[in-house]
Amino acid sequence: MAMKSHLLPEFIVERDNERCDSCKVCIKQCPFGVHYYDEEKDRVYSREELCVGCQRCVVYCPKNALKVIPYPKHYRPNDYWNESYIRDIKKQAESGGIILTSCGSARRTKIYWDHILLNASQVTNPSIDPLREPMELRTFLGRKPDALEIDLENMEIKTELHPNLMIEAPILFAGMSYGAISYNAFKSLAMAAKKFGTLFNTGEGGMPKDMREEFKDCTIVQCASGRFGVDPEYLNYSAAIEIKIGQGAKPGIGGHLPGEKVTAEISSTRMIPEGTDALSPAPHHDIYSIEDLSMLIYALKEATNYEKPVCVKIAAVHNVAAIASGMVRAGADIIAIDGFRGGTGATPKIMREHVGIPVELALAAVDQRLREEGIRNKCSVIVGGGIRCAADVVKAIALGADAVYIGTAALIALGCTMCQHCHTGKCAWGICTQDPELSKRLNPKVGAERAYNLLRAWSLEIKDVLGGMGINAIESLRGNRDHLRGIGLEEWELKVLGIKGAGE
Amino acid sequence: MINRISVSDGRITKEVQACAVFGVMDRSGRRFRGGMVINAMKNMRVRGNGLGGGFAVYGIYPEYKDCYALHIMFQDDDPGLKQEVDEFLHRNFDVVNDEEIPTNEEASVEDPPLFWRYFVTPQKKGEDKNLSDDDYVVKKVMYINTCINGAYVFSSGKDMGVFKGVGFPEEIADFFMLDELYKGYIWTAHSRFPTNTPGWWGGAHPFCILDWTVVHNGEISSYGTNRRFLEMYGYYCTLYTDTEVIAYAVDLLMRRQRLPIEVVAKIFAPPMWDQIDRMQENERKFYTTLRMVYAPLLINGPFTVIIAHHGEMIGLTDRIRLRPITAGEKGDMLFVSSEEAAIRAVCSHPDRVWTPHGGEPIIGRLRSN
Repeated sequence: MAMKSHLLPEFIVERDNERCDSCKVCIKQCPFGVHYYDEEKDRVYSREELCVGCQRCVVYCPKNALKVIPYPKHYRPNDYWNESYIRDIKKQAESGGIILTSCGSARRTKIYWDHILLNASQVTNPSIDPLREPMELRTFLGRKPDALEIDLENMEIKTELHPNLMIEAPILFAGMSYGAISYNAFKSLAMAAKKFGTLFNTGEGGMPKDMREEFKDCTIVQCASGRFGVDPEYLNYSAAIEIKIGQGAKPGIGGHLPGEKVTAEISSTRMIPEGTDALSPAPHHDIYSIEDLSMLIYALKEATNYEKPVCVKIAAVHNVAAIASGMVRAGADIIAIDGFRGGTGATPKIMREHVGIPVELALAAVDQRLREEGIRNKCSVIVGGGIRCAADVVKAIALGADAVYIGTAALIALGCTMCQHCHTGKCAWGICTQDPELSKRLNPKVGAERAYNLLRAWSLEIKDVLGGMGINAIESLRGNRDHLRGIGLEEWELKVLGIKGAGE
Repeated sequence: MINRISVSDGRITKEVQACAVFGVMDRSGRRFRGGMVINAMKNMRVRGNGLGGGFAVYGIYPEYKDCYALHIMFQDDDPGLKQEVDEFLHRNFDVVNDEEIPTNEEASVEDPPLFWRYFVTPQKKGEDKNLSDDDYVVKKVMYINTCINGAYVFSSGKDMGVFKGVGFPEEIADFFMLDELYKGYIWTAHSRFPTNTPGWWGGAHPFCILDWTVVHNGEISSYGTNRRFLEMYGYYCTLYTDTEVIAYAVDLLMRRQRLPIEVVAKIFAPPMWDQIDRMQENERKFYTTLRMVYAPLLINGPFTVIIAHHGEMIGLTDRIRLRPITAGEKGDMLFVSSEEAAIRAVCSHPDRVWTPHGGEPIIGRLRSN
């Protein structure tokens, strides 16, 4: 017997019938089937229980006739048994399954970025005007030697150097696979990275053959537990290699790209049969220990003639500092830490909301630990997982990061509205979908321009802040926690962050 | 009272200050009295506020030139403190001679602490045997500065010494009777204008480790970055001033890593990337690598600094010359100063006076070297 659903709609679709002329654009735009045309009445109606609030129809309605607004809270207000818990229980009572979701954690937990304030120069130290003086954001990622041996006569450096990546601002695009996101979204990021002088990351889904030559210098290729698309050519057409151990949105579990998304192109890029599920195991089955990680790091270095830095990416978990130290000792040139607000194309909600720790605390702990062990310059640290704006970038650098990964922010630049329905594969903005009709909505040229503009805008803002601090090179901000103060934080939090309270 | 730390958790206060610096060297090695440098500092009196002055002098202890001369300040009136230091020194060194540093009780300084000097040679034991003499001395100095509360080693080089305290430079010179008692071939000096903390004797310049001294004017906006990087190499900033990080960075790069000042100047004050990108290939590669590897030792923000060690005196300003430095020379005499007026006040007809670009060091070396 069919069960009557007890779920309330999440959004109300308000149509101004004076403005609507039944042009049906909204019907065409909505992949969730919210809008429909009633021929008899010659009017467009909405099934709002299907609406995910992605706002595609609102933006594209030529008459500005639509409003999509949150459904008013109907249950009796209760801080403990709030809407979210009631809704999830009802959903599970109807489905008997795990609740799937996407994007990053939406739950209310302390946002440390918002409890950190930045410094500026006054009197004793001049601020520097970024409109008149150079402001340098160029960043190098990779292992650095302790000292340089220099042949002074010939101005020659005799120390053999480990490979390093040079980027023009400390911002990279985080790993998002072709498969999780559309080809056009994937290519938009590659093009933006290339134009700007930074790097994008393939995620775990391989690199389409037609993009390899053009983007090889701005690509970080990922090697994850599914090893999709990994072969010597893939590894060598890159600027760096990243071993993905974990992801902030779902630490400790693997991934699952359903067979219906494995199109012919994805099948050849991932090197798996068309239409089969692409399963990433929870662990790498050849890495059950730190020694095993070291072997994979060096296998990848061998395969690429020690010409590329190897990055290891982990989710920010409780013991992150000790793990990071082990990774550096195992040979990682770069370590990437993904905080619990990191995004994803699909995850069980329980993992997204409850596993892992904020990247701000993880970063501070890792940076401090590596310094105490005297190995901080043996690696670079990239952090990601919820970087929302240039101020977050500045705070991350001052806490000790060499650079940040942005995933969610980059997708928002392309059009994402954080509706958290990536896992349905029906992204109305053509980003998180393999439906050719939907993905063609995103023109890579336009997407690249938006993503590039975001990098440019954030860089300008970072320069402004640096100038205010009297700093003209980003390296002088790195790990410079003197320029940070905490507000509304407990003593233990200040201690973990290694910063003082405001006014101290 | 300022608390000591051994390993910082990143939350140290530092002092903010403005200052005057002056250095003079006779490149022939001839030793001379301090009157000239004291007069130059008087000329720049307005740049200080009487809360700190100090001098470094090279060539003052020829009779003990093979011993490390430790100038130690005892902050507290606790006889046990000096005893603790004495015992520590006797355990770790041969103390060839020790005495109170002579002072003028008539001098107008308030509440001076006790100063003692020890002429010592290392007595290495156990795993310390693998250390060079210099590294051994650094380690022991760091121990006293971080672990013995109230005792500070002001200087630790051979045949040189640092004299500093709370007061205008001429008052400090008067207190230590510098003009009467000492002759040196390099003199550097500093006058302080601390802006956020009352002066204390340990916070005055010059800063010294072994025979390396630094006097500095400016506020380093990269302090946190520099300090935390140096901690990885065993340098703990205990005196809470910007200058200390420069002193330790100089020690790390010039003494331990044996980089010449020409290179170190480009680490502290490197050329801009757009300049580097336009260089010839080998030069571009050189500067790119230098910046990449030594990024944490870029000294950002305004500074004028005078670095000295035996045989060499160096003046340097920051990469965008927010605090210019002026140089002058007459014969073998080389002057570096915050202001040209101070040079002209003590040398009426210099052969040449110039103001170098940011990041370009003025280097004075002994002719015989």
